[in-house]
Amino acid sequence: MTDVYVNGRFTGTVEDGREFVNNARSERRRGNLTDNANLYYNELSDEVFVECGRGRARRPLIVVKDGQSSLTEQQIKQLEKNEIGWNDLVKQGTIEYLDAAEEENTLVAFFDHELTPEHTHLEIMPLTMLGLTTALVPYGNFNQSTRLNAGSKNQKQALGFYAANFSLRMDMDVNLLQYSQKPIVNTIMHEISDYDKHPAGQNIVVAIMSYEGYNMEDAIILNRGSVDRGLGRSTYFRPAIAEELRYAGGLVDEVCVPDKEVKGYKAERDYRFLEEDGIISPESAVAEGDVIIGKTSPPRFLSSLDEYNLAAATRRESSVAMRHGEEGIVDFVLITENEEGNKLIQVRIRDQRIPEIGDKFTSRHGQKGVVGLIVNEEDMPFSSSGIKPDIIFSPHGIPSRMTISHLIELVGGKVGALAGRYINGTTFDAENIDDLRKELVSLGFAENCTETLFNGHTGEMFTARIFVGNMYYMKLKHMVANKIHSRARGPIQLLTRQPTEGRAKEGGLRLGEMEKDTFVAHGASLLLKERFDSDKTIVPVCEECGLIAIHDEFKNKSYCPICGDNVEITNIEMSYAFKLMLDEFKSLGIYTKLQLKYKY
Amino acid sequence: MLEALKPYKEKLPKKILAELDEKLEKISSQTRQKKIIEAVYEQYNNAKVEAGESVGLVSAESIGEPGTQMTLNTFHFAGVSEMNVTVGLPRIIEILDGRVNPKTPMMEIYLNKPFNKGEDIKKLALAIKETKLVDVTKEFQVNIVESVIEIVLDKEKMKELAITDNTVIKGLTKNLKGFAIKHKGNVIMLKYRGKEEAINEIYKAKEAIKTVFVKGIKGIKQVLPVKRGEEFIIVTAGSNFKDILELEEVDETRTVTNNIDEVGSVLGIEAARQTIINEVNKVIENQGLNVDSRHVMLVADTMCVAGELKGITRYGVVNEKASVLARASFETPIKHIINAALVGEVDYLTSVVENVMLNQPVPVGTGLPGLVTKIK
Ligand SMILES: [Zn+2]
Repeated sequence: MTDVYVNGRFTGTVEDGREFVNNARSERRRGNLTDNANLYYNELSDEVFVECGRGRARRPLIVVKDGQSSLTEQQIKQLEKNEIGWNDLVKQGTIEYLDAAEEENTLVAFFDHELTPEHTHLEIMPLTMLGLTTALVPYGNFNQSTRLNAGSKNQKQALGFYAANFSLRMDMDVNLLQYSQKPIVNTIMHEISDYDKHPAGQNIVVAIMSYEGYNMEDAIILNRGSVDRGLGRSTYFRPAIAEELRYAGGLVDEVCVPDKEVKGYKAERDYRFLEEDGIISPESAVAEGDVIIGKTSPPRFLSSLDEYNLAAATRRESSVAMRHGEEGIVDFVLITENEEGNKLIQVRIRDQRIPEIGDKFTSRHGQKGVVGLIVNEEDMPFSSSGIKPDIIFSPHGIPSRMTISHLIELVGGKVGALAGRYINGTTFDAENIDDLRKELVSLGFAENCTETLFNGHTGEMFTARIFVGNMYYMKLKHMVANKIHSRARGPIQLLTRQPTEGRAKEGGLRLGEMEKDTFVAHGASLLLKERFDSDKTIVPVCEECGLIAIHDEFKNKSYCPICGDNVEITNIEMSYAFKLMLDEFKSLGIYTKLQLKYKY
Repeated sequence: MLEALKPYKEKLPKKILAELDEKLEKISSQTRQKKIIEAVYEQYNNAKVEAGESVGLVSAESIGEPGTQMTLNTFHFAGVSEMNVTVGLPRIIEILDGRVNPKTPMMEIYLNKPFNKGEDIKKLALAIKETKLVDVTKEFQVNIVESVIEIVLDKEKMKELAITDNTVIKGLTKNLKGFAIKHKGNVIMLKYRGKEEAINEIYKAKEAIKTVFVKGIKGIKQVLPVKRGEEFIIVTAGSNFKDILELEEVDETRTVTNNIDEVGSVLGIEAARQTIINEVNKVIENQGLNVDSRHVMLVADTMCVAGELKGITRYGVVNEKASVLARASFETPIKHIINAALVGEVDYLTSVVENVMLNQPVPVGTGLPGLVTKIK
């Protein structure tokens, strides 16, 4: 007797578990049982597991019967003529989906000619073991698996032609690559996924060599000539959104050019781009602080006291302005209504991003790097035929990572570019590298893909021959323009009077506990004090009771709330955070008395 | 001692003096001798730590940074699978926390002259090893009807361990109450004297007598004779420093344990300090790292300065800190602040953390010297 579990729950027993599973499977292939069910017979524990719940990862395989693939020549012909489709094959029991459990009972052959009577299934294609983006890595079978993972992760971050209707869309935070191309070395997945309809990179010439140390530690050198001709240019879109909200008491927001009397009015200059309706006009070049949508809101609180206060009745400024450190050109203005019927204004800002030092680029093999230097075209190394590389890639990135596919793509790209054809680099099913190298010789280049290059500065020939080829390069969405940050002075937090945190709030760079230790270890005591001065305050302290006294600006006199004004009161410098802590101690009922003494 | 060295008797450490004394003998010229001593004295003074150097923090960083590179595994002692040793970061943490019971206590027992030749070393090792009743019995049987426990002894094992029936019986009488002991051949019968219904008691006793101590030294779980240089020593898993040192075969001048607390209570705090240094250095060397021994010595001094072992924890040395604010900034701030408030503690702001909190110059390095002048 064999126990049967359905979706992990004991349901009953059968006479012979193996026979039961085999019968159920053939019924499934015949279509009498749902193809969502997977059966697994565990020989060791003599148990049958039937799974048909959600959340199982399943993959399709071709069913094999007696060492023969069940996919017939006739079916292939019908497929070619488009008479039948994928779903028909599943219905006919030729293809079935297996989950992780049922795979335990199978023996899967990679290729047709490897089939033996023991095999139960056949891979549709070896590539199906990879995911969609991983299958986009050409010659992936020459790599370590970790590099394939890195390669597919990088491709997801690449800038490209993400949607053909981008000019009508109001996406948050998107990039668009200009002059995107389809790859010369491609895989079958490029074809399946219509990659040429939404490409995300450019075919460029890459030389593998060092350049004055500017491409060490994975950095790359860009050719300024190539950049000027459009290499890696992209546009960055960000919308500004404003809504006319309705408040209790019939009060509403108003999109307009704010009046000078409005509370929180910025400088007049900041409103200069606004038209009469309070919205900016398209194609104006805006920078940090410029108002995009002018808006005023009703006053926040109306208490009984404020009724006598004329200032409280004025409206509040609530315009949408350009963020700190951002600039761009107004691209598109949309005036509409939202679901609640409120007036909604969306303005899209566009900013052209030309590659600069610090921008991140990658090939499709997990070989990412930032731009270390942009070299004038005349200073780039050149070949006797006048070819100058667009990118110089450091050779030190290759041995430790063992990305052979990176090198093969360079060869393949070179052949493809010279012969004017696309190269199939599908993982496990690519064009033979030896043939590519022979073809390279017939095209007039060295069989090992190297070329003699000349120093761009001196014109001298390099002693070593340089590996030069073509490959598909991508610009990643991490651009310095979005990340650069520094501050000398700026906003502080209300509670602690310490600098705010984060780039968006123009925050300070934290000097943490361990960094503090380095100052102490060097004995740089006064430098350390200066570094932590950002929240220092002068506090009057009563020498009698040791509590913080009060300074009256009108009378220019200090007095102690407890001991009166006939006591010695001294101004003491301390960090505001400590003063705050003293206040918190007081709220705990702890009397912290400051005993003052002269330090010097 | 050389005449030229005499003025430096108090100024230089003994080790340097001895080395100078030995090497300068070959030099006959008095003036040259003097010049060399002066040069050594200058070098020695230059190597001293300057006033205001934050030695504690530099030590902490110098031990802490290599700590990030240490492995987390315990490794098995070659040949004996049950014998493994805590190494790497867990061992460092164990030592610096000042734990009373280390995870893997170990001893290296050196032996006196005739015994360290290797003859009979196995016998000696087995004599030290703690033997329990289970180790020398074949089976335990319970006869409920007669309320009797029968213990079948393993004669071969007993011979191997040089245990007689009498030692077993002695151990049983010492540890077992309420049973009459009868001995017949290789069977020992224990008859329950209490009420007949107390079957539970008999079963409980059956489990209890398994761990009855028969022979050896308590705490020594494994023994392994090892050849170290020219002589044989015994490495043990488990430690009982006091009882081992009392054995006449043992060379008490060289025998060591890695249980710092035990060293402290048997040999005193100075020995414990040296053990901390040795044990930490052993781990650091074992991991192929390089930390100046003086950093470790400072840590050991901090742990032992109170006369008893104190770990670098909030219950140990941190609790001893003079400053309330420094203690509060380490762990459980509210507890420290409230306790300080209850007794009206004063913080004199004499160390680093408090001054950073108040944004005052920290009293190390350039912040240490002050200006003394009269104010009218
Ligand atoms: Zn007062």
